[in-house]
Amino acid sequence: MADALIEFRNVNHIYGKGTQQEWDALIDVSVSIRPGEFVAVLGHNGSGKSTLAKHANALLLPSSGCVLVDGMDTRDEETVWDIRQRVGMVFQNPDNQLVATTVEEDVAFGPENLGVPSPEIRRRVDEALLAVDMLEYRLHSPHQLSGGQKQRVAIAGMIAMRPKCIVLDEPTAMLDPVGRQEVMQTVRRLNEEENITVLHITHYMDEAIFADRILVMESGRIALEGTPAQVFSQVDTLYKLQLDVPQMTALAHRLNKRGFSLPADTLTVDELVNQLCQ
Amino acid sequence: MAMLRNITIGQYVPGDSWIHRLDPRTKILATMALIALLFLVQSFPGYGFAALYVLAAVYVSKLPPRYVIRGLRPLLVIIILTLTLHIFMTDGRVLWQWGFISITWEGLVRGAMMGTRLVLLVLGTSILTLTTSPIHLTDGIESLLKPGKPIGIPAHELAMMMTIALRFIPTLLEETEKIMKAQMARGADFESGNLLQRAKNLIPLLVPLFISAFRRADDLAVAMEARGYRGGEGRTKFRELQFAVRDGACLAGVTVFTVVVSVLF
Repeated sequence: MADALIEFRNVNHIYGKGTQQEWDALIDVSVSIRPGEFVAVLGHNGSGKSTLAKHANALLLPSSGCVLVDGMDTRDEETVWDIRQRVGMVFQNPDNQLVATTVEEDVAFGPENLGVPSPEIRRRVDEALLAVDMLEYRLHSPHQLSGGQKQRVAIAGMIAMRPKCIVLDEPTAMLDPVGRQEVMQTVRRLNEEENITVLHITHYMDEAIFADRILVMESGRIALEGTPAQVFSQVDTLYKLQLDVPQMTALAHRLNKRGFSLPADTLTVDELVNQLCQ
Repeated sequence: MAMLRNITIGQYVPGDSWIHRLDPRTKILATMALIALLFLVQSFPGYGFAALYVLAAVYVSKLPPRYVIRGLRPLLVIIILTLTLHIFMTDGRVLWQWGFISITWEGLVRGAMMGTRLVLLVLGTSILTLTTSPIHLTDGIESLLKPGKPIGIPAHELAMMMTIALRFIPTLLEETEKIMKAQMARGADFESGNLLQRAKNLIPLLVPLFISAFRRADDLAVAMEARGYRGGEGRTKFRELQFAVRDGACLAGVTVFTVVVSVLF
């Protein structure tokens, strides 16, 4: 697959190698992310999904196997900074990833690190804040913002570095429903309009519905892979992996057990309504 | 508890005066000139000129004078102590005596001088912090320390530390409040008992606060690395400091004034 943006080739990752707590977080993972794709990674705690994410921009290096980003090997120390420019990362805790005392300063942090000249930084900061709809808050200090707004600023901080791909490591886990919706809308828009590749790690099934492809992780391996319809139609397998399915899929599944014959890949309320009214 | 929310970082008063618009480096240098002046002059006329300098700065900055004077309050004890020690402890021509306590003429003079020096020092430096936002102050300090890099002064690192501290003070205060409320809900008492008892009661507050601060530091370090941070090398600045004509004029005036006054008095 020459056209892959991020390619995992037989990646193994072992935490605490040679100690009592030796633990295989990733086992022989091979997957490739194509440019422009929206990939959701699902899995319960400890399934290795966060470890997978951290391999995408060389924050973690594979114990064996390799990860290629835009053709560059993450183990190559010389290209680490190029890789981090191409693959931005948003983390779970909105408070612990903003560095500066005002929103615009924080968005400027990435471009400053890249050595971008200051008039160009100004332009990129405004552009990035506009893209996440936070321009009017540019002089606010981070602690005056809500969780969802902080995450959008963090995303803007990535956009300003002009990445090809954004990796979001459970960005909505600490947010309220409103904040979750804000962040998801922003991410989807960036994917659709700016054609930025998204690798979205989450344990909310409802956020995965919109993905082009879903990877389900289970104890360090990829247990299921496919479009949302393909993955969520395997309701019993998902339950076995201690994962939920989207509410509407679950409802359709239960109705089918009572004698209905609805398609197993029902994902949204609209779809279910249409099928029931036929 | 409400107290925690009211803390503002620094004492910056936003404004648009001539002093507000000066480059932070100019303001830092002018403040240093004042400090030097205060330690060089040894006579009342000299202090008079220094006082004039401070008053002129307050006037130009358009700060409410009452606000500037309020800056003296935390130092009141030290100023009074200095004054008293000098008045009673200096040998010389005795003006008044009661038992072993005596007041001398020289003591009065030195006490007054020391007192004036301290008051002017505090007023002068608070004009700097009142008219300069913490961000600009940090930029100014970084830029002024940069030439010291070959002799091992970590200018960028210091500025980064200041920025992160400023960024996280409100976050940690919020967290303190949260932990305090959680502990109070379970019967902790932070408000009664003597000083020792109260200090002891703070331990269950400080332990979780420290643990979470370390976790935050760890997260932040990873996030910074993910955003391509690798120290000050090859880094550009979003806001470039730029000396304007007024900065040159101000620095020239301050230099001439400081030299003339400290030579003459």
